Amino acid sequence: MDHEKIAAILKSRLGLAVQSMDEMKNNDLMIVVDKKHLISAAGTLKNDPALGFSTLMNHLGVDYGDRMAVIYNLYSPTLGQKVTVKVYLEQDNPEVPSLERAFQGISWYERETYDLFGILFTGHGNLKRLLLPEDWKGHPLRKDYVYPAAYNNIETARIDMMNEMGEAKGPHV
Amino acid sequence: MLERFNMVNRFSPDADMVLTTVDQAVNLARANSLWYLLMGLACCSIELMQTGGPRADIDRFGSLFRATPRQSDLMIVAGTVTLKMAPRLRLLYDQMAEPKYVIAMGSCANCGGPFDLSYSVLRGVDKIIPVDVYLPGCPPRPEALTEALMKVQEKIKKEKYFLKKE
Repeated sequence: MDHEKIAAILKSRLGLAVQSMDEMKNNDLMIVVDKKHLISAAGTLKNDPALGFSTLMNHLGVDYGDRMAVIYNLYSPTLGQKVTVKVYLEQDNPEVPSLERAFQGISWYERETYDLFGILFTGHGNLKRLLLPEDWKGHPLRKDYVYPAAYNNIETARIDMMNEMGEAKGPHV
Repeated sequence: MLERFNMVNRFSPDADMVLTTVDQAVNLARANSLWYLLMGLACCSIELMQTGGPRADIDRFGSLFRATPRQSDLMIVAGTVTLKMAPRLRLLYDQMAEPKYVIAMGSCANCGGPFDLSYSVLRGVDKIIPVDVYLPGCPPRPEALTEALMKVQEKIKKEKYFLKKE
């Protein structure tokens, strides 16, 4: 099945939830979904017999500097097709509904995204840090993240050098 | 008496005993029974396992792994130490009985290595525990780790127990 047919089905099934649709460089289909309609769109994508995107392959967060985004990579075994669902969020206090209801396995992915980007997943059952220690301050993959000079009285060297590089190359060295 | 154990005194064949000092005797025993803590943190632990394996065979130096810090004399920090792991590493070190020795194995344990600019990696394990031997390499070969162990043995053999009163 080619992309145009799938795009037509997606448009007819998801309706207003789809803000825009695009083809990515790796020939995958990408749809940008409004935050308000994310849960219903995910339910449709998973449960609609014509679509059947039941496999969550990946979930990630992005910091663009002026806005943030979360990305869901779904796969449909019936269609043999992948689709990338993208949701744009505001830079300050980003919040997005959790997809734990639709895809149970997303729980730890969302915890990791929360850990490294500080994106809050409302409705998540156990939104704690996954990788970093619980008393860690800040979210390291954000572009405005400032490297700590010490952690638990352990001096973290090379901070001066990193800050110099940061000024030269932008905040995300 | 030595014939009973099928032994020969190579220093003086007619005598039944060897004279030595307490320092030398104790150090010889300690240096050749260096048990190390079974602790791998990253890819260096693969080389650590190889060193314990049959080809490099660290056993012939009297060194074998123990799964608990209470029975270990030597800590081989094999791999990257993250800031999350650092307090736990210090705890393991504190649980080891004195006298204890530390080998910082690989670039990561020495100075942070390829993760030097990371936000989460401890830049050198010597920031939290004292290190006896720094072993460079990424990762070091089993021969190199054997050499590091021999350096620790040399250090032990130079130790003194009886000191003159000041």
